[in-house]
Amino acid sequence: MEDPSVPDDSAIASPAATLAEIRAGSYYDSVVLMLLQRALTELPGVMDAGVVMGTAANKELLGQSGLLSEEIQGAAPEDLILVVKAVSEKAGRSALTRVDDLLAVRRPQQTDTYQPKSLSSATRMIPEAEWILVSVPGRYAAAVAREALNLGKNVFLYSDNVSLEDEISLKETAANKGRLMMGPDCGTARIDGIGLGFANRVRKGRIGIVAASGTGLQTVMVGIHRLGRGVSQAYGTGGRDLSAEVQARSAKHALALLKEDAETDVIVVVSKPPAAAVARDLLAEAASCDKPTVINFIGYGSPQEQLPTAPSIHFARTLDETAEVAVRLTTSADSQCGVESDALPSRAMDTLSRLVQSPQPHTFLRGLYSGGTLAYEALFLLQDSLPSVRSNGPLPGGEFLDNPHHSQGHTVVDLGGDAFTVGRLHPMLDNDLRVRRLLQEAQDPGTGLIVLDVVLGDGAHADPAGELAPAIEEAVSVATQKGRALPVIAVVIGTDCDPQGLDRQVEQLKAAGAYVFTRHDDAMRAVACAFAGGREGRLHSPSELEPGVPNATGDVSSSSAFAAINVGLESFTDSLRDQGAEVVHVDWRPPAGGDERLASLLNRLR
Amino acid sequence: MATSIDSANAEAVERIVEARPVLIGLGRAVDLIPGMHENLLLHAGPPIAWEEASGPLRGALIGALIFEGRARAEEEAERLIVSGEVSLAPCHHHSSVGPMAGVISPSMAVYEVENKTHGNRAYSNLNEGYGKVLRYGAYSEEVQERLRWMHEVMAPVLGASIEACSGLDIRALLAEALHMGDEGHNRNKAGSVLYTKQLAPHIVKAAPEAATAAGIIEALGDNALSVLNPVMAACKAMADAGSEIEQSTIVTTMARNGTEFGIRVSGLGERWFTSPCPQPVGLYFPGFSAEDGNPDIGDSTITETAGLGAFAMAAAPAIVTFVSGTPQDALNATLEMYEITSAEHTSFTIPQLDFRGTPVGIDLRAVVETGITPRVNTGIAHKEAGVGQIGAGLVRPPLELFAEALVTFAEEYGF
Repeated sequence: MEDPSVPDDSAIASPAATLAEIRAGSYYDSVVLMLLQRALTELPGVMDAGVVMGTAANKELLGQSGLLSEEIQGAAPEDLILVVKAVSEKAGRSALTRVDDLLAVRRPQQTDTYQPKSLSSATRMIPEAEWILVSVPGRYAAAVAREALNLGKNVFLYSDNVSLEDEISLKETAANKGRLMMGPDCGTARIDGIGLGFANRVRKGRIGIVAASGTGLQTVMVGIHRLGRGVSQAYGTGGRDLSAEVQARSAKHALALLKEDAETDVIVVVSKPPAAAVARDLLAEAASCDKPTVINFIGYGSPQEQLPTAPSIHFARTLDETAEVAVRLTTSADSQCGVESDALPSRAMDTLSRLVQSPQPHTFLRGLYSGGTLAYEALFLLQDSLPSVRSNGPLPGGEFLDNPHHSQGHTVVDLGGDAFTVGRLHPMLDNDLRVRRLLQEAQDPGTGLIVLDVVLGDGAHADPAGELAPAIEEAVSVATQKGRALPVIAVVIGTDCDPQGLDRQVEQLKAAGAYVFTRHDDAMRAVACAFAGGREGRLHSPSELEPGVPNATGDVSSSSAFAAINVGLESFTDSLRDQGAEVVHVDWRPPAGGDERLASLLNRLR
Repeated sequence: MATSIDSANAEAVERIVEARPVLIGLGRAVDLIPGMHENLLLHAGPPIAWEEASGPLRGALIGALIFEGRARAEEEAERLIVSGEVSLAPCHHHSSVGPMAGVISPSMAVYEVENKTHGNRAYSNLNEGYGKVLRYGAYSEEVQERLRWMHEVMAPVLGASIEACSGLDIRALLAEALHMGDEGHNRNKAGSVLYTKQLAPHIVKAAPEAATAAGIIEALGDNALSVLNPVMAACKAMADAGSEIEQSTIVTTMARNGTEFGIRVSGLGERWFTSPCPQPVGLYFPGFSAEDGNPDIGDSTITETAGLGAFAMAAAPAIVTFVSGTPQDALNATLEMYEITSAEHTSFTIPQLDFRGTPVGIDLRAVVETGITPRVNTGIAHKEAGVGQIGAGLVRPPLELFAEALVTFAEEYGF
């Protein structure tokens, strides 16, 4: 046996080597790519690996991990990049030769039943399915969604990077067919008690939600559940639905469904700030309904002054407050007596302010979000406390980051933004991007306080804290070694019914030294106080601060059989099955195997 | 909003499905097959020259010339062909099909099938059974003797029997056989028994003596492929009914000559699209391996073209062992073929799929779009002439064929 402490000769002779392979026009499910990247990293002698599609954003990310070469720079967006950094060239070569074997080791199929290759075959296998979930890469998504609508189904379109023209035309088609078109870029919905995409397990109840945002919807649902109430239906619309161009086509349709729904007593509408005309339109629509409606147009000036209002309409400022107002309205659903929007419960601000250790002077906030709406709410809630927070999706008039991959001053970055998700999994599914960014921030002497959101629920990573907690620990220790304190705040969005286990997630994060919050607005108050010079505090203990969580007495499972077809991310099929839904997964491939010339020929021959 | 292509395809497939092929007689190739003459040999697959022909095809061509009395040995036969005195043509150019080498010579007996719906006719030779046979390229005296018995003793009786029962509805026979575990290509056990049963009384009446009748009935009954050739002719009659429809992207021919795989498309007439034949993947008989196998050969892919064979695999779970599969794999094979076909057969149904019609009418567009190529159940021939069948398995034509045909189609019709 060789002494393992003696480095072998080859390692000395040939120092760390970075080797790459480009595969032109290959298509793989992004989950497969993520698993391959991990498997490569675990091979002997491999220090780091990257398996991504050759988009500009992905190349930038590889560059930050020191994995970029000239060869990779030349890769096109539809090319698959395989790159390994290894202790020796030999180890790197040997790792790359394993790629095909590793790709062949697909996880065993749950059953050997036929996996249809097309939507029409899937429809034939499960004709009762009213919903088709689409999460194929953006450039193919519109065509798949159109086919789904033409088959007479409602569509949940998770894919992003879909053009505005396609979105409008899809929504027009849906309207003509009397079908609901959720998305593009729709992350979350809850239909008949079944979560689609990223959705938390919440009680069935009498609050119906329309949301133009994924994590906004999740945060409100979780808040409602925490307060002991439940959700009837929750429709997503996609982030652009309330723009002047799209004119809230989906939101209006969803609102109409909730108005008619006998199971819904209170309606919630959540969106980033809509176009003014669209907002007025939507409010008029809501006002025409006799059900009390809670509106949260995150950061939309002083809505009462600008927007038409009605006795049935209530405005809320934060996502968690939105849930509170809705819950209060359900208890007094028969009376139209308003809940004053600013009558927030005292959240023991003074106690909170002292909880999080203040960052060192002349350092900055680094918010590393997986949820776009949470990132946006952070910008909104911090705008009065912190001067100029930069972001890749700033408030109107706010400052953009020069480069979303590099923080500048106070920074809140949405790592689920379009630029980060081309040919790559969303950070709610793959923690790799955030783990790397966390360590990058820890190295930066300008980083004073880090905030992370940890979103639980169906569709999300099975154990996000299990991967983020060690990274937090490492980040804190990196800073400590350099003589800096680095407080880390984690906001966990989840319910006690979520498959990841809320308590287990919170415990892991706390053990890693994070300050853990389960309300995002509380966390933002704590950030503001910490930067305002709050004194050193102790670790946040949620059990002390949470309002009494009513026992989950309601039924979280679906009452009626829900059937759907899923095309794209296999994890969505798994999560639907876990929830007891009937689902057929389409084994989708790009038309003509991704050959653009043949694909466009096929279009002409259609 | 059906396009012109959609409606052309609907017409082509409707004609294929509505064709009702009936076996109406048996006679000499030179008398029945259009364009057949004394100096012509027909073979399986797309056109090919002697120089490119594989072992089994060469052996069968030699054997046929010996059978015809035109040659006594290999060299003589080769000289006739190479000199051009005897020419070669695909069976498919003469409304015919033949399994494996598929060689039909002028005086050979051929089945005549008529599509009663549209009136077109198609032809195929007699099935020799197993072992050393001409269709695998064997041409020894043993093979010649067998051929002589089939032509001198069996054929006249068989012809008289077919006439006596005033035609045998092959579509109805296939429909029944599918419900008895056949898929019409690799498995024709039930169909051959049904065929023998229907002819047996007439054979007994038509034969000059009881021993002859017994010999013929035994030969038909022992050969689980005896109905394959009439079935192939029936499929050819169906496929031809759907061919030459303007603007149609339905594949109406798939055939292999042991060197190349070829397809033809309804809207592109007689044009072949060819590429080198792949090797079948499957199970080899003891003592043989993939190294011994010839590239895929035969016109029997006409069954898949007409919605049978691998397309009807769900009906024949007994033969999935060829590809070490499970009964579920048999279902999946058929389900996969629905992805590339434009209709479901109204006569051929599959009990295992709740009597759903078999997938029929391969749409070129669907093959290119999904990347799913047609499945073909096939026998594997030894690459050397005369050794015979050494296995059975699955083969798929190369995807490039379909892409090439699609590009040509688009150019032809100005898309």
